[in-house]
Amino acid sequence: MSEFEQLYRELILDHYKSPRNHGLLEPHDGFAEGQNPLCGDEVAVSVRLGDGDVIEDVGFEGRGCAISQAATSMLTEIVRGRTAQDVAAMPKETLLEEIGIPLTPVRLKCAILGLGVLKVALHKARGTPLPEEWGTSAGDITLS
Amino acid sequence: MAVETLPALDAHRLRADFAFLEELVNGKPVAYLDSAVSTQKPRQVLDTMRDFYEHSYTNVHRSVYRLAERATEGFEGARRKVAAFVNAPSEREVIFTRSATEALNLVAYAWGLDNLGPGDVVVVTELEHHSNFVPWQYIASRTGASFRHIPIDDAGELQLDALDRIAADGNVKVVANNLVSNSLGTINPIEQLAAWAHERGAIMVVDAAQAAPHRVVDVQALGCDFLAFSSHKLCGPSGVGALWGRRELLEAMSPFNLGGEMIRSVALDKTTFNELPYKFEAGTPAIAEAVGFGAAIDYISAIGLDAIERHEHELTSYAMSRLAELDWVTVYGPPADRRAGIVSFNVEGVHPHDVAQVLDFDGVAVRGGHHCTQPLMTRLGVAATTRASFYVYSIPEEVDRLVGGLHKVKASLG
Repeated sequence: MSEFEQLYRELILDHYKSPRNHGLLEPHDGFAEGQNPLCGDEVAVSVRLGDGDVIEDVGFEGRGCAISQAATSMLTEIVRGRTAQDVAAMPKETLLEEIGIPLTPVRLKCAILGLGVLKVALHKARGTPLPEEWGTSAGDITLS
Repeated sequence: MAVETLPALDAHRLRADFAFLEELVNGKPVAYLDSAVSTQKPRQVLDTMRDFYEHSYTNVHRSVYRLAERATEGFEGARRKVAAFVNAPSEREVIFTRSATEALNLVAYAWGLDNLGPGDVVVVTELEHHSNFVPWQYIASRTGASFRHIPIDDAGELQLDALDRIAADGNVKVVANNLVSNSLGTINPIEQLAAWAHERGAIMVVDAAQAAPHRVVDVQALGCDFLAFSSHKLCGPSGVGALWGRRELLEAMSPFNLGGEMIRSVALDKTTFNELPYKFEAGTPAIAEAVGFGAAIDYISAIGLDAIERHEHELTSYAMSRLAELDWVTVYGPPADRRAGIVSFNVEGVHPHDVAQVLDFDGVAVRGGHHCTQPLMTRLGVAATTRASFYVYSIPEEVDRLVGGLHKVKASLG
């Protein structure tokens, strides 16, 4: 398999070109946006929660590299039907396993941008904990 | 040893001085098209630094033993080279800093905090690197001065007809501009801006980080008051930069960093400060790096700044004509004859990070990002661009490899 095929595997390209759950929800229970200033990736996520804080619906918009947008698209599929608390506690490795491609430290930030933004949206909706690496700020995140 | 000045630059021959260019990526030598971020280092610079560490190294301006004099002489010799390189009237007006960024912060803090206030106007441009933008934005906000920018036109050139509108806003005190834009390569009309600034009693601060490696920079001909540049973009080591400033301004300014070296005498109740340039050089400086900075100036001066400028112009023209063949590529900035060796572009529908990633598979090293110019990216309506940049060792074959790689980007992700 070529380096290209390893990084931009078919699943990634499919999510990039046809993102799932694309578009923000209105009304919603939580919304957040974030940027990766290094490369200019932008992601906005909105969630709607049902009984027991279960994520009933999630939608995103953004612009950025294939990895950031595909990873966020894949994330929306993973989290639907799970509780806000469960997702807030989800380690980034869970998402990275799903993405399943080798990532350099710079590209890692692209891949986990959507997860961080989603956790901020859940925090705003239900007060769930923020990811440790982004401190206690309840504001929108900027990865640096 | 003096090296004979070449009538034209022989990039293929110069490449032998740069071991890094032999590095392989996927079995192919790297096509290093990222010199605007930092240049590679020739062995002449590395040898000079190693020789200095092995035979002349200790701290500077401290000790009386004879070997220590060699260290001070090496360091001060580098200062004389930097001064001559930008045609400074006196080497005492040259301050070694950590970087061009630190040099610009020095001016913004040490001059700005004492000289700016409500009713005053600080003028930057939409083309600035964050290092000549954010310090002024911050100091303007700290002092209550207003912060304005000169906009650019669609070709990435400054719209000087905005100056009158800006001047109506208050008392213009600072005009800060880069001589060459790091994102677009635009060469800016510093002489004209300096004259406009001086008519209003303002100072002209020039960020020459992206200009000094590529063309002759003469502080007296530019008519500026401060000029900052760094070593690492002109074949020298990172960790050292220089600020040139007009003596009367530097002498009137408060110190920036405080500590050793920058003092004349210290008592429990009062400290008096050292003379120029030491007043602004607190602490142990980057000694061997300064010596390497001087060696780099020797290296590029021997090639000849005019020859470097011509070489980069040829490569830039070639790259722009090759990219113009690709109707799915958008190139930003002015025509080749009004820019330095920098070409920023986007591939339709593909993020610059993905462009840079796919090019890397072929060993082509370019930068994808906002290049620390977010206001400019906003003006261009893009999140980021891909940037190819050239230096003395760059060759047309590398431009061909770039274009070949872009076809792969288009085929796979476009």
